[in-house]
Parts: sequence; structure tokens; C-alpha cells
Amino acid sequence: MLMSLAGIVFGVGFFISTQAQLSGYQELFIETILGTDGAIRIEDRIQDSYVFVAASTSKGDNTNFFIADEKNRRFVEGVEHPETVIESIMELQNVEAASPVIKGSIQLQSPLRKDSGQVYGINVDDHIAVSALEDQIQLGSIVDFRMAPMGIIMGHKMAARLDVSVGESIIIRAVDQQRRFTIAAIYETGVSEIDKTRVFMHMSAARSLLKKPHGVTFIQVSVFDRNHALIDAEMIERVANHFTAPWQEREKSWMQLFKTLKLSAAITVSTIIIVSGLGMFSTLFMIVMDKTREIAILRSMGYTRNDISNIFLWQGVIVLFWGTILGCVLGALITYGISRLPMPLSGIFATEYFQVKSTVWHYVQAVVAAVVIVMIASLAPARRAARLVPGDVIRGTAT
Amino acid sequence: MESNSERIALECRDLHKHLGEGEMRVHVLRGVNLKLYRGEVSAIVGPSGCGKSTLLYLLGLLDRQDSGQILVRGEEVPADQDEAHTRVRGEHIGFVFQFHFLLPEFSAAENVMLPMRKLGRLSEKEMEARACSLLSDVGLGEKTHRLPSQLSGGEQQRVAIARSLANLPSVLLADEPTGNLDVKNSLMVFDSLTQLAKEKGQAVLIVTHNPDLADKCDRILRMQDGQFID
Repeated sequence: MLMSLAGIVFGVGFFISTQAQLSGYQELFIETILGTDGAIRIEDRIQDSYVFVAASTSKGDNTNFFIADEKNRRFVEGVEHPETVIESIMELQNVEAASPVIKGSIQLQSPLRKDSGQVYGINVDDHIAVSALEDQIQLGSIVDFRMAPMGIIMGHKMAARLDVSVGESIIIRAVDQQRRFTIAAIYETGVSEIDKTRVFMHMSAARSLLKKPHGVTFIQVSVFDRNHALIDAEMIERVANHFTAPWQEREKSWMQLFKTLKLSAAITVSTIIIVSGLGMFSTLFMIVMDKTREIAILRSMGYTRNDISNIFLWQGVIVLFWGTILGCVLGALITYGISRLPMPLSGIFATEYFQVKSTVWHYVQAVVAAVVIVMIASLAPARRAARLVPGDVIRGTAT
Repeated sequence: MESNSERIALECRDLHKHLGEGEMRVHVLRGVNLKLYRGEVSAIVGPSGCGKSTLLYLLGLLDRQDSGQILVRGEEVPADQDEAHTRVRGEHIGFVFQFHFLLPEFSAAENVMLPMRKLGRLSEKEMEARACSLLSDVGLGEKTHRLPSQLSGGEQQRVAIARSLANLPSVLLADEPTGNLDVKNSLMVFDSLTQLAKEKGQAVLIVTHNPDLADKCDRILRMQDGQFID
């Protein structure tokens, strides 16, 4: 029974710690994408096409009834009137801030090398409110950028490829013109794709470079409750009549991957609890076989089948009680220990240490798994004990 | 003055019981009728396999008859109701078996308290006092806190007798209660059993192979091929 108890303890502990690790990395990933691309993006304007519906009283094509034909929607690229859209979405309770952005393809030329990338024209204060750009700056500062009308903020991978640093100037080409810009700051998001392609510059400079005097490419929105972003996006789409992309939809495949990994880890670690449950099942079964005389004598004294069954279920409950308590403590300790381990990583996010995030649900899930398995393991022997016919047992022991 | 019917603690009518399956099926009890009276000690004797123990287990509601009736204190106990069997066993029937069947993890007093705990009519202190009193009655007043393993075979069986009397049952059923003891201990156990039962007005039925013990009983019932032959 001690082995079964140990199995439950380790099973519950590992369950909690593996779930905490996966949740930690998932959380870091979400924080990274919210810090770079925001919770919601408002992109192209929706242009509904309408179909006429003929009423029974209509004569020929003369009808005043028409409905929006969602299947044949068209999109007009960009946000033509960002101020109006921002004004309307700021009315929503969960919307925290919004930043209009102009985006376009560019060619960058340093004294030694050339590279291509994407320019993001921003209003610096607006964009800081919807992203973690200020915190992501490694060299230079947001103040330097604010003070330099022809300044840019460049990803650290791009800077390394172009072999340039803060204070140096580069030439940026777009459409049919080129301008010289000064590198005001270098950032690192941890997302390789962003760090090697994205260049931030002031909105006015981007408008001039890309020859886009009106409108923006998209509006980046931050929200107070990120889990509400899906509903907010739907409301924004209706209110502003623009296509919206909440982070849950943009990163759907990654979210599904994390979900699958969590499920897979839960199943794998649960096998430890299942094996312990099997051990417990066989131990209890052996006890029932060994204690048939005692069971029979208790029955002869007036103890009911339920009383007998409860004796064995209680043994399961005791193992379950200590197994889950010690398992939860072990899980918390392992989780804490892992969070102190160095694990430098970058690519889809950047971190120096193992990421963990414990929630009550991890503990609840582990305990529920243990309860289900231990109760199943205890129930069969308990039922077997309860079914024993005292007369048969005592007759079998008599000479 | 108590009438004869009021003195009946347990009665069975036309009891039939088969044991085994298929070709091995044996008609063990063939229409047994019996009345046990309060304050009377009866002995069932007969050759091995004649159905003595089977009858005892049926009367003690530890098994089910194929047909026939069992009445405890004038009330029929339905053969197919396990809950009723369990309740009647706990309240009205005490058992002493060939082996003491004491729970080795519990002391003598705790073993005696087990039936009382189930019945739940006494407080913890009352149960303890009653267990000690019963153990004193069987001569074990000094050994109430000993574990079964710290008692001799005769003492263990006397603890089992005290346990069987714990809930003041109407009927005491004993299956070879001295079968595992030497002559001296057999007499001591038998005397304890019969004396206490008589004092408390219980009907006692003993299955035994020992003719000397049977002769000491108020009534001897001889059994052969699943029937009483007298």
C-alpha cells in the first residue's frame, strides 16, 4: 500500500509540475504576441454586397427588401478613417488603447550590406500603450527615438545582419524613393521573424516614405481582459465595419499545439497514477482474500454489505487523502525548483529560465485524476468483499 | 406465567437446503422442523456431513434456505431479504464458532465491543463497561486489554463467547465451540457458555461431536441424512 501511496504522490506531483511548465511557456508566448502584435488588429474595411429579396407582393424586380450577403463580402485594404474607428472602439469597456500603424515593404542599405524588411509607421506614445516596445528596447531608448524625426527602431537580428548599431545611419528605400535614417534604438522581442524584419519609424516619416498621405494599414488594440478579446473583436467588427483579428484567431495553431501538448503530458503523467491504482487494486484484493474470515465474522455480527464495502473504500480514501496532499506539496516544490533552472531560449519567445505558471486548476485536475483512479481501484475489491456470503466462508474454514 | 409459544426464541418449519451444483448437488436438509426455547440448551449430534452445521448457519441467517420458514421471536424472516437477515443477526443472534475468529488487531474488550458498535444502542463508556463485565463473567476480567495473540486457545474462545453475548441475543448458536480445545478448556468454555445463556434466558443450540458435552445439555437432537431421527 505504501508503494501505491508513493505512486499517487509522484503522479500528482509530476502532473502539477508538467502542467505548470506548459502553462508557463504558453503564458510567455501569449505575453510575447500581445506585446508585439497586440490583442486585436483592425485591418481592412468590409464592403458588404447586398442581395434583394422578393416579397410575395413584389412585381418583377421592383422590391425594397434587401439583406447583406455575407458570402460575397469584399474588403477594402486598410483603415481609411482611423480616428473615427478609434473614437468608436474606445467606447467599448474592455478596450484599453489603440494605435494606428502604416505598414510597407522596404529595402535597407548599410555601409556594408543590404537587407529587406517591413516598416511600421507609428505614433510612439500610442504604440507604447498597445505594445511592450519600450520594454523590448535593448540599446538606445524610446526617448532617443521620440526626439529624432528621422530615427528608427530596429530588431537586433536585423541590426546584426546589417552590421549596424545605435547612432549609425542607414538608407531605406521604398516605392521609388530613398531616405537616410538614424538608428535610435535596437529591440529584441524574442520572436526571430519580428526581430529580423520589423523596423519602427515615426508615422509622418513612414507616410512620406511609403507615399500614403491618408489612412493606415491597421489599428493595433490593447484590452484590459485578454480572454475577452474574441468577443470584443466581434463587436468591433460590427461597430466599425472593419475586419478584425483577435490574438486567439491569429495564433490559433499555436494555441492548439499548446493544448495538445498539455493533454499529452496529462495523459502520460496520469499513467503513473494508473499504475499506482493497479498496485492498490491488487493489494486491496489480496487483503480481501486474506481477510475473508474476518469479513464473515463481521457479517455474522450484523455488519451490512455496505459496512464491509466501506472498510475497503476507506483504505482507498486514506491513501487518496495523503497521496493528493503530499502530491500537491511535491508538485509545488518541483514547480518552484524548475522555475529556478536556467534555460536560455529564443525563436518564438525569449527567456533565460524555465517558465512555469501554476494555477489552482492544475491541482484540481491532478486531484480529480487521482480520485477517479483510486476510487475505481478500491471499488472492485470493496464490492468483492461485500459480496462474500458469511455461511460459505465459515463453512469453508470449519472441519 | 409464560406460555410455551412465548418461550420460543427461534423456530424453523420444513427447511430444505441443497448444496453443490449439477451432478454434485446434494439434498443436505430434508424438511427440518425445530423449536428453540429460551433458557434451554440443546445439542445437535450426528455423523459428519449429516447437515448439522448447514442447519446452524441457516438458523443463524448466515445462509439461505431453498424452502421452508425461519421465525425469530415469532416473526418470519424472509429468505430473500439480505438486509432483514443482517438486522436480525445483529439484534437477536449470537455465534460461537469452532475457531474464535477474533480480529487480531483489536484487544479482547474491543473485539467484544464490535457487535455493540454496530447496533449503536450504547455509548462508548457503556460499551466498554459492558465488554469488561462480559469478560469478567467468562473469567477474563484481568485480560480485557490483551490482544488475541496474548491469550491461550481457551481464553480466546471465552472472548468469543463474551462477544456472542454482547447484544443480549435471544438465541446463541455454537458450532463445535470446543472442537479445537483440550478437555479442561472444553469444559470451562462449555460451562461459561451454558451458564451465562441460562442466566440471561437465551436459547442455546450447540453442534458437537463430543457426547459428554451433549449429555450435559437439556435436549439432544440426533440428526442423520438431513433430518432429525428422534
